[in-house]
Amino acid sequence: MVKGTTVFGRLWKGPFGTYLIVVVAYAIFQVLASAGSLPSVIVGLLPTICAYISATISLNLVVGISGELSLGHAGFMSVGAYTGIVAATCYSAVIDIPWLVFILAMLTGAVFAAIAGFVVGVPVMRLSGDYLAIVTLAFGEIIKNIMNNLYVGLDDAGLHFSFSSAQDLHMTNGNIIINGPQGAVGVEQLSTFFGGFILVLVTLAVVLNLIRSRSGRAIMAVRDNSIAAESVGINTTKYRLMAFVVASALAGMAGLMYAMNYNAVVPVRFDYNASILILVYVVLGGIGNIRGSIISATVLVVLPEVLRFMSEYRMLIYAIVLIAVMVLPNVPAVQRFLDYIQDKIPFFRSRDEVPGDVTEGAE
Amino acid sequence: MAMLSVEDLNVYYGSIHALKGISFDVNEGEIVTLIGANGAGKSTTLNTIAGLLRPRTGDIAYEGESLVHVPAHKVVEKAIALCPEGRRIFLNMTVRENLEMGAFSRGGDAADETMEKVFQRFPRLKERINQSGGTLSGGEQQMLAMGRALMSQPRLLMLDEPSMGLAPILVDEIFDIIKSLHETGTTILLVEQNARMALKVADRAYVLETGNVTMSGSADALAEDDRVRQAYLGG
Repeated sequence: MVKGTTVFGRLWKGPFGTYLIVVVAYAIFQVLASAGSLPSVIVGLLPTICAYISATISLNLVVGISGELSLGHAGFMSVGAYTGIVAATCYSAVIDIPWLVFILAMLTGAVFAAIAGFVVGVPVMRLSGDYLAIVTLAFGEIIKNIMNNLYVGLDDAGLHFSFSSAQDLHMTNGNIIINGPQGAVGVEQLSTFFGGFILVLVTLAVVLNLIRSRSGRAIMAVRDNSIAAESVGINTTKYRLMAFVVASALAGMAGLMYAMNYNAVVPVRFDYNASILILVYVVLGGIGNIRGSIISATVLVVLPEVLRFMSEYRMLIYAIVLIAVMVLPNVPAVQRFLDYIQDKIPFFRSRDEVPGDVTEGAE
Repeated sequence: MAMLSVEDLNVYYGSIHALKGISFDVNEGEIVTLIGANGAGKSTTLNTIAGLLRPRTGDIAYEGESLVHVPAHKVVEKAIALCPEGRRIFLNMTVRENLEMGAFSRGGDAADETMEKVFQRFPRLKERINQSGGTLSGGEQQMLAMGRALMSQPRLLMLDEPSMGLAPILVDEIFDIIKSLHETGTTILLVEQNARMALKVADRAYVLETGNVTMSGSADALAEDDRVRQAYLGG
């Protein structure tokens, strides 16, 4: 029997396989964590890993599926994180259930990040290629600088905002939620591994369903050939913007998941370097390959922690690993080895679930 | 009244004056061809009608309605389809997916029925239905591009250099298809460098030279004209 033509083989190649990987990985990590077999550093990092996976998948929607090089993804994480933290503080004053507060804060963060994505996207979508990359980079920095100067406080009179200093909030009682360059202080650590797991599933559901929908086809058609797409009646700006806004909303949720795993988050956490880091995860996982994004984000978030025992050589090894991942698949001997493995073990033979792939033709 | 009527159209690429006030008509049920050398403005004309380019001045009237401010994706909804130069199919999508994209403006409903009609015209595409566009030969890609344009059920089909880069036997095949499309009532605006073939199938023709219409008339008469013979038909 030809491998990969079984019912499971077909399911494995589709979104089902991707969900299965996430569920199994969650189960394994959860069991290991409960059994105390994981180092405490890694256990604390689990929600962060989930946040990075979501951020990577959402950036892959822009870079891989829509084909635009965006260098400002961390900016949208920042918007989601800070609006979400403010929202969580307000909600927890009236709601007593932490997970409900967290979910509502997530949705609020997503809405604000989507608005930011729309505001940035409308002018940016007039551009493409290098120009789009430069402008998204600039918008990422603008968002960071806005957050650096933002002061938000909550007291009995409600929310207070200022762009100059904490004194200008004119608060009589209550606390400061966001304190300019010091960022959010005294954050409730609402992020949990289970929450992160759900976030990854939600992100996957949104992105995979979008890719397989009529709109997803249109987004990929614009990527492949924008003139042909326009000539068959696709509103190219609308669909590019749709991908960008959806990705921004998901990044906002990822940002909040990341931020609420720590009790203080400074705005410079979401700077240019953070955007590039996520882009590195996307590229190493494979542009347009959603499953690859999950794996590369997990490995590359964990790697620097695992290498911590090497102290100052840590980032050197990290860099070497990055270069090796890029170069090795193009070495003929390694290629033969990978072909051999893919031939023998069906697990490694999966293709990504992007329609348009030749393997999909049989459906 | 003409189905499509182009009036004094001026199009610029930056400071380059590409179309210098051209005017022409296409009547319902006709095949009209624009012939001319490289850079004469033939493709520019089609792209402007399709809404991919904006004219600086002039008017494009389609069934009495101006297309000048209609965006490209709305032009398709008016049953005008452009089959662009160089085929421009979606290389990563299968033949079926390419054709489905062609029906995008119609919301994808009833696409199967139209696809069956396209397959009757292009049986080769049906054999390749699950193959990705990038693996097709040049002739098959041209058929796919035409099939995709037909999926929007156009009343006016604009073909930009359909014979470009094809072997002579395939050129004949493509022109046979153009003739049969015409017989089933589709109005065709054809841009060609292969003036001999274009004049053979067309009812009327316009000769474009550096952004101007220099000659026009029935295709048969132009094919007999000495200047046209010398410049475009090789004497």
